[in-house]
Amino acid sequence: MAVYLFWFLVFPGLLFMAAAGGLLSWFDRKITARVQFRKGPPLLQPFYDFFKLLLVKETILPAQGSRFVFLLAPLLAVFGAAMAGLFILLPLFNIETGFRGDIIVIFYLLTLPSFSYIIGSLASGNPLAAVGASREMKLIISYELTFLLVVAAVIMKSGQKFDLESIIAAQQAGTPFIGSISGVLLFIAALFCIQAKLGLVPFDMPEAEAELASGIYIEYSGPPYAMIRLAKYIMLFILPAFIVALLMNGMTDGTGILWLILKILAIVLLVTLIRNTNPRLKIRQASSFFLIWMNLLVVIAIVLTAFGL
Amino acid sequence: MGFKEFCFRKSLWVFHFGGASCNNCDIEIIDCLTPRHDLERFGILLVGSIRHADVLLVNGSINRRDKDRLLELYNQAPKPLLVVAIGACGCTGGIFAEGNTFAGPVDKIIPVDAYIPGCPPKPEAIIAGIVKLAGKKG
Ligand code: SF4
Repeated sequence: MAVYLFWFLVFPGLLFMAAAGGLLSWFDRKITARVQFRKGPPLLQPFYDFFKLLLVKETILPAQGSRFVFLLAPLLAVFGAAMAGLFILLPLFNIETGFRGDIIVIFYLLTLPSFSYIIGSLASGNPLAAVGASREMKLIISYELTFLLVVAAVIMKSGQKFDLESIIAAQQAGTPFIGSISGVLLFIAALFCIQAKLGLVPFDMPEAEAELASGIYIEYSGPPYAMIRLAKYIMLFILPAFIVALLMNGMTDGTGILWLILKILAIVLLVTLIRNTNPRLKIRQASSFFLIWMNLLVVIAIVLTAFGL
Repeated sequence: MGFKEFCFRKSLWVFHFGGASCNNCDIEIIDCLTPRHDLERFGILLVGSIRHADVLLVNGSINRRDKDRLLELYNQAPKPLLVVAIGACGCTGGIFAEGNTFAGPVDKIIPVDAYIPGCPPKPEAIIAGIVKLAGKKG
């Protein structure tokens, strides 16, 4: 029992994921700054932001709307992210094997943060938050099918294995899945999916700074907003880790941990570069991008997989 | 200086309120965030919602209509909140002080923590003001 709690709360759970995610968030901001020829924030900046929001700032509750749901939503987001991270990282670090079908559980837990943002923003009763929530819903409907197809393709490639442990083992026995044509296509689709899941440009229309003034997060202040930031830090760490587990070989023995870090950094670097070189899409464009083009890409990958490419 | 205050000073998020300004001050404020001056190295970010703000930047002359909006913003912001008046207009009223619609200056409406004079102040002056503010007791 105690060991489960330790896993959930310390390593590889909440504390470790928050620290790693915070550092990745700094990496993201620093790269953004370098792309724009700026100097960028200091190393511990994400932690300053988090502790300022948590310890210093006041919480303002909406006058109308459901306060209980408003406050519950950020906690739910952190819980979903941490739980999903736990199921991803335990097999990835070879600590525990996971169970049959855990990949489906991970898939659903990864949607929990987005859903709780929607619930929380609708509970605040702010019209701009409602517009943001409706955009987030449309975005989820668009990218979720693509993400599911990517997972399905990976399951197919691994020979009908439904748990992360055997998927990683199948790659380590043979070649990493990204080493084939279909694997590259799947990687591209998965990259855009996590871009949308993280809510980064070009898929940041739910929080659109310019026209919605932070959209779904507009009413959050103080500790609840700190929880939302925490969920975002954790997602920034576990989503690349999930791709590494699905397509890029996981962690091998020996110098594997170094390679693992490099792979995660490379994925975050790609995500950051995409977000710095693209403008925000309209929600209709994002829908057709995922529903038509990305789905087509993944279906091609699945067909190629069937032919063993 | 305790841990809380240290974090607060290291991460000031700025919300920009432009009153009836001539738009010069606004441009100089945006200039602070550009590559040349880069306020993000002090952890300063421009945020879109007053609920996330730690600093309220006010510039331009405050006329009778702006006054209600400014008060509303100040009341809606989570405390602790620092208020900075930028430009001659924000500090004293500047060339609009005698105007018919003038309802300011800012410190007659809400408490102000720092004044940055100039018409418009240079970005360097704004940065110097904000860095001093970050060093002040919050
Ligand atoms: S202080 Fe000068 S530059 Fe700034 S808004 Fe007033 S008139 Fe314009």
